[in-house]
Amino acid sequence: MRDVAIIGVKNTKFGELWGRSLRDIVVEAGAGALEDAGIGGKEIDSLYVGNMSGGRFIDQEHIGALIADYSGLSKNLHVPATRVEAACASGGLALRQAIMAVASGYNDIVIAAGAEKMTDVESEEASSALAAAADREWEGMTGATFPGIYAMIARLHMHRYGTTSEQLAEVAVKNHKNGSLNPIAQYKNRITVDDVLNSIMVADPLHIFDCSPITDGASALVLAPADIAHKYTDTPIYIRATAQASDTIALHDRRDITTLDATVVAAKRAYSMAKLRPEDIDLVEVHDCFTIAEICAIEDLGFAEKGKGGIVTANGETAIGGRIPVNTSGGLKACGHPVGATGVKQAVEIVTQLRGDAGKRQIEGAEYGMTHNVGGSGATAVVHIFSRER
Amino acid sequence: MSSVPRFWRSIGSRYNLEGTRCKECGEHFYPPRNFCVNCRRVGHIEPYKFKGTGKIISYTIIHTAAEGFEDQTPYTLAIIQLDEGPRLTSQVIGDPEKIHIGMRVRSVFRKLGEDGEGGMIYYGTKFVPEDA
Ligand SMILES: [Zn+2]
Repeated sequence: MRDVAIIGVKNTKFGELWGRSLRDIVVEAGAGALEDAGIGGKEIDSLYVGNMSGGRFIDQEHIGALIADYSGLSKNLHVPATRVEAACASGGLALRQAIMAVASGYNDIVIAAGAEKMTDVESEEASSALAAAADREWEGMTGATFPGIYAMIARLHMHRYGTTSEQLAEVAVKNHKNGSLNPIAQYKNRITVDDVLNSIMVADPLHIFDCSPITDGASALVLAPADIAHKYTDTPIYIRATAQASDTIALHDRRDITTLDATVVAAKRAYSMAKLRPEDIDLVEVHDCFTIAEICAIEDLGFAEKGKGGIVTANGETAIGGRIPVNTSGGLKACGHPVGATGVKQAVEIVTQLRGDAGKRQIEGAEYGMTHNVGGSGATAVVHIFSRER
Repeated sequence: MSSVPRFWRSIGSRYNLEGTRCKECGEHFYPPRNFCVNCRRVGHIEPYKFKGTGKIISYTIIHTAAEGFEDQTPYTLAIIQLDEGPRLTSQVIGDPEKIHIGMRVRSVFRKLGEDGEGGMIYYGTKFVPEDA
């Protein structure tokens, strides 16, 4: 296997982009990433795009072909384009497919993109599409919503470990603060613990400010073999590990409701591949689709003891400047969660940080970064580790 | 959301808490599985009707309803562990103030939801406190 590097990155603005279509935003992200890498279309060997539900959100399937076409990669170049779907982990899996294409030697220059256009439909329709990431027949048809499923994780976590609503709220407060430092973030406003606790209850104990929003956005990365990465950029960022794991589709079938075993296993595989430990990681982008999800993530990735995620967050250990900064981008909560794009956006953030280009939210001297992308309530987890030095 | 054939083919399970069990390893499955996750190819799956009693593992009160459940809001949703072992997601009827983790419950036959105005009404299993 060959070592793989990232040589170009780009996020579009995240938010309610009513004036722009899916193809508009993916082309902006793709062209931006190519420009960042100083590369042209002729050099591209393949394209992977993460997209959860084009069929539900914009009534469009065959997203791979659409994106290749409007990126100018089809008519003359006939570049192979593949859509990857794993609900909210689609982007992370698109990156993983792209890494494997380069590592295997089949391809040299590969684009990993992710995109979702969620605001073309009413929010009820969007919620229903998102609920399809859970088990429709045995969760959805009993009246389960996606926030409801995570609320049951939160309830048991509180019961068992004493985690409080205030500690959950601290996740949202921190991520809004980080988002206020990120130019592409959907929300740049600071919020308080009281704002979260006073926001409307969606699924007890989760308030609306415990939930990530509905977002339009696209992100793209350009990958190359590490041996030739310096041809394109002075600051290639290296892939040290790509790992993925599965678990039961329904929350009720899990070994433990408060642990995402798919995250635990994917992280174990990633640490082993990179020959690193949690203490070696300088910053991490985790999948905070709900505040409780970030608490579980930092525990399951090894950054906090099981049950202590809430305390660690309230202590400021996961803030910028803390022991292990989590979601410097603002996370899904404040940067936004265009589901298919999220896993790719997380990698864009880590690359930006490891290059030293993160401006006011820069983690000084960061050497190793991690991304953690989850599908559904934990049926898919993807973990990547990146480094500044090869 | 809930297509007619999709609902119809699982009606036995939904109305009567019919699941399966593996004769080889003894594990019970609800929702039913036709392939044992422990024994895989060498498993022997047979139908099994659950007693319908169990306890609450976790729960939530849903205030923003799923599509088709708007007229029931707020409603209580729970993960319930049946006494035979498997866990499922179901609504729990009763005072939301009194629900708690570990509470004993039993199954009852109720309306589950409906598909829009004049749409199909779905029936199935919900749970109530065991002493109710
Ligand atoms: Zn068996």
